[in-house]
Amino acid sequence: MSIAATIGMAALENDLYLKQAEVHGMSQRGGAVQSHMRLSDKEIFSDLIPKGSADIILSVEPMESLRYLPYLSPGGWLVTNTRAYRNISGYPDEQEVLGEIRKYKKYIALDANDIASDIGSNRSSNIVMLGAASPFFQIPFESFKEGLRKIFARKGDKVIDVNIQALEAGRAFADKNM
Amino acid sequence: MDRLLLLGDEAIAQGALDGGMSGIYAYPGTPSTEITEYVQASKYAQDQQIHRQWSANEKTAMEAALGMSYAGKRSMVCMKHVGLNVAADPFVNSAITGVNGGMLVVSADDPSMHSSQNEQDSRFYGDFAMIPILEPSNQQEAYDMAYEGFELSEKLKVPVLIRITTRLAHSRSAVVRREQKEQNAGRIPSNLRQFVLLPVFARQNYEGLLNNQAAMEQEAAASPYNKYFEGSDRSLGIIASGIAYNYLMENFQDRQLPHPVLRLNHYPLPHQLVDRLLKECEQVVVIEEGYPFIERQLKGFQEKGTPIRGKLDGSLPRTGELNPNHVARAFGLDQDEGQPVPSIVSKRPPAMCKGCGHIDAYHALNQALGEYTEGRVFSDIGCYTLGALPPFEAINSCVDMGASITMAKGAADAGMVPAVAVIGDSTFTHSGMTGLLDCVVEKSPVTIIISDNFTTAMTGGQDSHALGRLERICEGLGVETDHIRVFKPTRKNYDQMVDIMKEELAYEGVSVVIPRRQCIQTAKNKKLTERVKELGL
Repeated sequence: MSIAATIGMAALENDLYLKQAEVHGMSQRGGAVQSHMRLSDKEIFSDLIPKGSADIILSVEPMESLRYLPYLSPGGWLVTNTRAYRNISGYPDEQEVLGEIRKYKKYIALDANDIASDIGSNRSSNIVMLGAASPFFQIPFESFKEGLRKIFARKGDKVIDVNIQALEAGRAFADKNM
Repeated sequence: MDRLLLLGDEAIAQGALDGGMSGIYAYPGTPSTEITEYVQASKYAQDQQIHRQWSANEKTAMEAALGMSYAGKRSMVCMKHVGLNVAADPFVNSAITGVNGGMLVVSADDPSMHSSQNEQDSRFYGDFAMIPILEPSNQQEAYDMAYEGFELSEKLKVPVLIRITTRLAHSRSAVVRREQKEQNAGRIPSNLRQFVLLPVFARQNYEGLLNNQAAMEQEAAASPYNKYFEGSDRSLGIIASGIAYNYLMENFQDRQLPHPVLRLNHYPLPHQLVDRLLKECEQVVVIEEGYPFIERQLKGFQEKGTPIRGKLDGSLPRTGELNPNHVARAFGLDQDEGQPVPSIVSKRPPAMCKGCGHIDAYHALNQALGEYTEGRVFSDIGCYTLGALPPFEAINSCVDMGASITMAKGAADAGMVPAVAVIGDSTFTHSGMTGLLDCVVEKSPVTIIISDNFTTAMTGGQDSHALGRLERICEGLGVETDHIRVFKPTRKNYDQMVDIMKEELAYEGVSVVIPRRQCIQTAKNKKLTERVKELGL
């Protein structure tokens, strides 16, 4: 949710139209959950992304990144955390999952939990992921930082700073591995 | 004015607040829950003392909203589609009484059954009750319709139904607010028999409702939410309603849309607009989310016999929610199917949380039932319904709120002894209490497990009316005190739980077994944790 909220803030700052379809309710109980986010400088109609037309898949779990491949456009980027969340029996071999991800030329795969923990903020792994996806948005990087400042405003400077660090760390990884 | 980034649900809440609402009534239900939660979190609602507590169920909510309307104020009642079944009696009759203060009924449908037992289409209820229906295409319209809906309701003197579906309920977009309206001053109805549905008055009111239909249709014909877009290629005309309109436009934003389009977001169907399309076009395709509501009506009222395409002829899928790809297919447009999902991706179904009390209760129940033949556990709506899935496979039914107790009773009546019901605390106070009374009156041999976690968990941890009242409710309904058994479901207490369940399964009368432990999802809810401590639970 912090990822979506930050993008939302950044989009509003850049005067973009935005639609974001979320999943609430039963599926949230440990099930596969996705959100369709659409940004445009023109009016957006559908809340759902048509298949084969997403610019980015941003996933905080490696197997989940593959579940939504039908939505990815031919030139789109697959950005995913490599840290598996194994709450089901029959989770596939992690190396095979990474192998499937690497089949796509345009991918960024990183262990965001490790990076967040290096910064000293385990809870910021999602913001690391947002940083890693940030080069593929047509939104200035500074706007994401501004978005973080706004959504964490009530939590104080420390929380803001550590999240901006997380954002920058994710961005740095992406810049090196594009 | 303010521009806010709101879910469709939140847009309705904000629209109602800005439109002068004095009270909201609801029971939580996906995808409608966030409407009431938004009002509960609103500083303005708090300052203005706008009613915003949860109700015991959708029927009590609907009746309270009607009472507020009787008193002259503007009220809104919100529910998921199946909640409207629970509230159907007051809903249909509220059209016969009519309103005093404006009254909005919001029903959020769930096509594709993301979190539901069926995908019924609430527009049929609106048609059945013969009241106007508003169906927003986007978040801004959701706001505007709630904002203006009270005035429409007061003008036509009937409740107005706002119908949304999951996708709009849970999608966020920018909404521009309008000027804050004052709440109505209270005033009693000018005719004090208006709400008395004795046959002698009800017949008059019903006559009035029928006579009012023309005015309702006139409103729809002049509504800004219904719009006729000209098109040069009349080999095909298009009717699109609510969120389905977006999927149409999604497919034509880069292409020219050459056909006439009638956008229909305000019902009853305005005949003059529809007739024009039917007369002008060689055939018509109807794109709507849910059941073929418009499509079926069109087959009825046109003289010319224009062929109609839609869900009934298979142009669009009959089940599930629509998406842009379905609509593209209906128009024969080229579309990308995307890349396939790699075969190694395994399913990740929802499951009860690690450490959940329901899990311990199910392990014990399965053990206690070991000596009986299988297939005797009736359950209900809540997180514990997930006990149907492996590794538990502990329950054999999930039908509607409260049905566990009454179905167990019916099975016991048929000779299935013991019959077991598994129900949550909030579901029990929603619709389980009356069924328990039936059991007590007949001393039915049923064992009712009320898995108490102090909250309405599945929808996100809303207040439970049962909190601190459960044993007293059961005693009050006549369950023998010796057969109300409370314990904490933990691994440590496993043997004790199994023993208690075995004893009560063997008892040939009404037993209530209450495994009681706070929902782990509410661990961060300090207010609830404190209250639980205070009550000594």
